[in-house]
Amino acid sequence: MSKISLILQREYLSRVRKKSFIIMTLLGPVLFAAMMVVPTWLSSMEDSIEKNIAIVDHTGLYVDQIKNTDLIKFEYVAPESEENLRTNFSSTSYYAYLVISENLLENPDAIRLYSDGQITMDVRQHITGGLREHLRAQKLNSFELEGLDEIIGAINQVGINLTTIKLGEDGSEKESSTEMAMIVSLVFAFLTYMFVFIYGTQVLRGVMEEKTSRIVEVIISSVKPFQLMLGKIIGIAMVALTQVFLWILLTVLIVTGAKAIFFSDRDMPSRLDGIEMTLEGSSQDAQAAAADGFNFDKVMDMVKSMNPVATLLLFLLYFLGGYLIYASLFAAVGAAIDNETDSQQFIFPITIPIIIALYVAMAAFRNPHSDLVFWFSMIPFTSPIVMMARVPFDVPFWQIAVSLTLLIAGFLFTTWFAARIYRTGILMYGKKVSYKELWKWFRYSDK
Amino acid sequence: MPFLEANNIVKKYANHLALDDVSVSIPENSIFGLLGPNGAGKTTLIRIINQITGPDSGNILLQGKRLSREDISRIGYLPEERGLYKKMKVGEQALYLARLKGVSRHEALKKLKYWFEKFEIQPWWDKKVEELSKGMQQKVQFIVTILHNPSLLIFDEPFSGFDPINANLLKDEILHLKKEGATIIFSTHNMGSVEELCDHITLINNGKAILSGVVSDIRYQNRENLARLEYTGDSDQVKQIVGNYYQVEASQPANGYESLLVKMPEGTDINQLLRMVMDHCHIHSCQEVLPGMSDVFIKVVNQNKVTL
Repeated sequence: MSKISLILQREYLSRVRKKSFIIMTLLGPVLFAAMMVVPTWLSSMEDSIEKNIAIVDHTGLYVDQIKNTDLIKFEYVAPESEENLRTNFSSTSYYAYLVISENLLENPDAIRLYSDGQITMDVRQHITGGLREHLRAQKLNSFELEGLDEIIGAINQVGINLTTIKLGEDGSEKESSTEMAMIVSLVFAFLTYMFVFIYGTQVLRGVMEEKTSRIVEVIISSVKPFQLMLGKIIGIAMVALTQVFLWILLTVLIVTGAKAIFFSDRDMPSRLDGIEMTLEGSSQDAQAAAADGFNFDKVMDMVKSMNPVATLLLFLLYFLGGYLIYASLFAAVGAAIDNETDSQQFIFPITIPIIIALYVAMAAFRNPHSDLVFWFSMIPFTSPIVMMARVPFDVPFWQIAVSLTLLIAGFLFTTWFAARIYRTGILMYGKKVSYKELWKWFRYSDK
Repeated sequence: MPFLEANNIVKKYANHLALDDVSVSIPENSIFGLLGPNGAGKTTLIRIINQITGPDSGNILLQGKRLSREDISRIGYLPEERGLYKKMKVGEQALYLARLKGVSRHEALKKLKYWFEKFEIQPWWDKKVEELSKGMQQKVQFIVTILHNPSLLIFDEPFSGFDPINANLLKDEILHLKKEGATIIFSTHNMGSVEELCDHITLINNGKAILSGVVSDIRYQNRENLARLEYTGDSDQVKQIVGNYYQVEASQPANGYESLLVKMPEGTDINQLLRMVMDHCHIHSCQEVLPGMSDVFIKVVNQNKVTL
């Protein structure tokens, strides 16, 4: 046992002290935080520039129908100056100029926006939005209905604000957030996927390093091959956990710090809300969310509604289980091959279930309780990713228990299976390895 | 009682018999040569002794007791294909490997310091292995092999990769270890070092032990009635006289003397040769020539091939 812990220590320390690990660990959270903070920061920077837009309205119908905003100012100029604007545009202070040549109700194409650069999205949206509203009102007016203004006012007030409430066991109510659950589901599924891959490959590399540098024979004259394999797998698992832990910690620190520095006087428009927008696909909600701003308290409430301790605990269990089930297989592949170019044919079948699991996980956050998703969250090879995608949507306890039991059985099996190949493989050199060969190794007697 | 005994070891791989009923017996405090052509099964036998693999049948006794897992701390093994973690620092690595053998950290540090000084490699302690020359790495590996004071040492081709100076240093260390009571198994193709170092040998070919015994006995048993005569005088005349009765294998001047290598038929001895030539030249020396181990090796392996 103490020998395993020696191996484990070496595997852990030699990796944690590597420059690449330190850089990745420090850089990862900066990147995550940047993903959350920079876009909002950038947009807040951009917003501060005032844009002047000239409007040449040949019809005279739309004067003053487009409202100025804080940053976009409109100026109506005489129709005769269009030629002047066109030829001397760069010397004017205008950001762009808009030409309306005909009645837009009759010809919706009779409007052009000219500029010497790309027009930003919000300018376009502001112009089309403002004009459309005006045109709709005009159209409605043309029907000459009575009490039209009241009708429109009433219609505009119609809206729906669905609050989802999660009932506790005792009937207590908690506000829940479907969007939040979806994000958590995706993030956990993806994290598990990523780590199984990254650290599984590290196991493969580590085993190959020992084999190709021929140190393995020295080591297994001191310890059993199984101890060496297990020490390596557990050591690397601890590296992975260290990285996850530091990432979470640093990301939280950086985001909180950045929020304090850049958005001290203003609510941070949330990146999370941005994700919700795209998930929902509804701009209405997005606007509402943007207006809401980023409210830490609200987010914290939502997080609490999902039972964070249990979720994190399950994440750890599934993450470890998923890693263990694949790590030993990666170790067996590393032992079987002589150089990395040979690895593809053996890695491919290992990666197929991981990739399938990721696809199923994508389906899981839309329909977390379908049959397909259920079965994939039971099968040990896919359950770590798929079940993590389901967890935020309240999975019955018995399902988690069964799935975890199967997972543990699964990794015991793969470890046993892999160890038999590993033990023979690490001492085989210069042999072109085939599946038939692996099967032979597997069947060698235990003695 | 032999120090280590391997009895009737059989080891099968998928489609060939690596060891076929091999028995060896290694006396305590001796240097034992395990010889054989490439692929004969030496490494398999060594791995079985190291408990890296197990035999299909047969057993290994260490001082009369079945070899057990605990015994690995009594064995030091330098494999033929050696290697170290390239990215790891030399000292740290030596310490790690020593501790895997069960030496305490404190003890290992003390001994490593001694050996690093002795081999004059202490400046390398904090260097990464990949920065070392091959010979340096070999030294580190040798130190790691013997650090835990094993009573049984197994060296597989220990001299490969060493320059003559360091090979000599190593040879002295091996002899010194023997003096201190260690039993040493020595697997090599270098027959010169076998003659120089080994007390006993076993020759393995095609998974079978085909020759065992004390080195000097084996050379004697395989003698071919060769005698080397050194003399001064008329070499043509001497060669002719000898050639009338015996077969002259070689004749060339050496060390300032004329020299003849004579093969005599079974049943004749050196006295007859001397009588024949003593009136015709000045004899400086005459001795029976025993075959070198490499001759024995080639002869026995080839004989073995014929009988197969």
